[in-house]
Amino acid sequence: MAEQGSAPLVVLEGAELHYGPDRILGPYSLSLSKGEIVAVVGASGAGKSSLLRLLAGLETAKGRAESRVAPGRTGFVFQSPTLMPWADARTNTALPLELRGLSAHEALQRADQALAEVGLADHARQRPHALSGGMAMRVALARAVVTDPLLLLLDEPFAALDSVTRRRLMEQLHVLWDIRRPTVVFVTHDVEEAVFLAARVVVLGPGGRTYRIHETPGPLPRPPHWRAEGSFRAMVETVAADLAAAMDRATPERAS
Amino acid sequence: MSRLSTVAAPALLLALLIGLWAGICSLFNLPAYLLPTPWAVAEALVMRAPQLGSAALQTIWMAVQALLLSSLLGGGLAVLLSLSRTAERAARPLAIALQVTPIVAIAPLVQIWVGLDRADMAVVILAACVAFFPIFSGVLTGLKSADPDLERLFDLYGASRVQRLVRLRLPSAVPFAFEGLRVAAGLAVIGAVVAEFVAGTGATQGLAWRLLEAANRLRTAEMIAALVWLAALGLSLNGLIALTARYLAPDPTDPRSISRR
Repeated sequence: MAEQGSAPLVVLEGAELHYGPDRILGPYSLSLSKGEIVAVVGASGAGKSSLLRLLAGLETAKGRAESRVAPGRTGFVFQSPTLMPWADARTNTALPLELRGLSAHEALQRADQALAEVGLADHARQRPHALSGGMAMRVALARAVVTDPLLLLLDEPFAALDSVTRRRLMEQLHVLWDIRRPTVVFVTHDVEEAVFLAARVVVLGPGGRTYRIHETPGPLPRPPHWRAEGSFRAMVETVAADLAAAMDRATPERAS
Repeated sequence: MSRLSTVAAPALLLALLIGLWAGICSLFNLPAYLLPTPWAVAEALVMRAPQLGSAALQTIWMAVQALLLSSLLGGGLAVLLSLSRTAERAARPLAIALQVTPIVAIAPLVQIWVGLDRADMAVVILAACVAFFPIFSGVLTGLKSADPDLERLFDLYGASRVQRLVRLRLPSAVPFAFEGLRVAAGLAVIGAVVAEFVAGTGATQGLAWRLLEAANRLRTAEMIAALVWLAALGLSLNGLIALTARYLAPDPTDPRSISRR
């Protein structure tokens, strides 16, 4: 999915994370175009989460890390829903807007709208403990898109869910993306999830170095039956083989 | 069934202990000043109810005042210190020093400061000193216990210090504050009685004074009756706080389970 001539939204080039004088992760090299969905796969410890934090501006890097995303226009979804347990779904969803100084009334109105987009209009007044894991994750998605983000970052958001819920949420994510077309970066360890969701799949090697980038065939959003087709299976196999190769390469480095 | 057993089990144990006590009394034929029978204590509870009741009210009132004072100071100080790591580091040793200082040791000092004629105020201050630490420590721990991912979310959206405190840290601290309050309530009652022993000297007319008076006259049944009042007070104060906690923080044992899953 080569981009439509416009300048990239985010560019990382040789960006490294340091702890004191030591480089702990990187160099990352990644360019994100407006409105694309990129999946990042890699072994645990490859620095996937750190990459997301870097993209979110929560970490500062050495090297080139440029972003045209205005502060507050980034949405983030964690591995767990990370909701405030004392607040109901709409208050949780409205949080980013209220932190930005919107009136509670307006923030809640937009939260209701975002909850409707994830199919939770009827559960807006429920607290997290009354929601199922999948529903709580939908609230987290609604909260991430309520600010109308340019960049939506997801850190293995569906890893803890059962497979049916996971598939539904993947389709949900495509629906949400189609409404506002933010740039999405999706970290996962599930290759099928990566291939299904994204137009590009980045395979991270040891320490966060880009091992290979694959372009997946066909337009987004995907029809659910694409999973049964040969092109999907072939892509999954290719990426999985690459991931295995990248992980093998990680072993000697870790030993040194 | 389980609901019944929460009431029935402690009641049964209590009945057993009282039975054992009555058995020992009749078996060894002990003098009443050494170990009065349960009936004698029951009689004292009824006959001396006006004196013991008003004394108990006096003690509980001082304990409640101490609890309010220590909540205000302990909670307020914890919130202030949570805003600055340096301030917290500076103040924590002092708070611990206060915690490990025996109330009996500072009683004379407090008496001198508030004036010997203000015994009730001295008792309240001393009891507040004892109740201070669990509240301070609970609130401070609670303020720092917010889900780190939520903290990161607040970073991401550029939350101000005040927003972070009000929207995230204070609500996260509520279950911890109530746990501290529950511990503090017990300590406040103990503190009020002990302080009354060392600083009350009859001017406060609380339960400690009744205990001393009864002890001096070897009215052992009355002493035990006073202890029964004291236990009832402690239990009801504790229950009141647990009830408030259930109302304000519905699931205090498991406040962040959803986001941790």
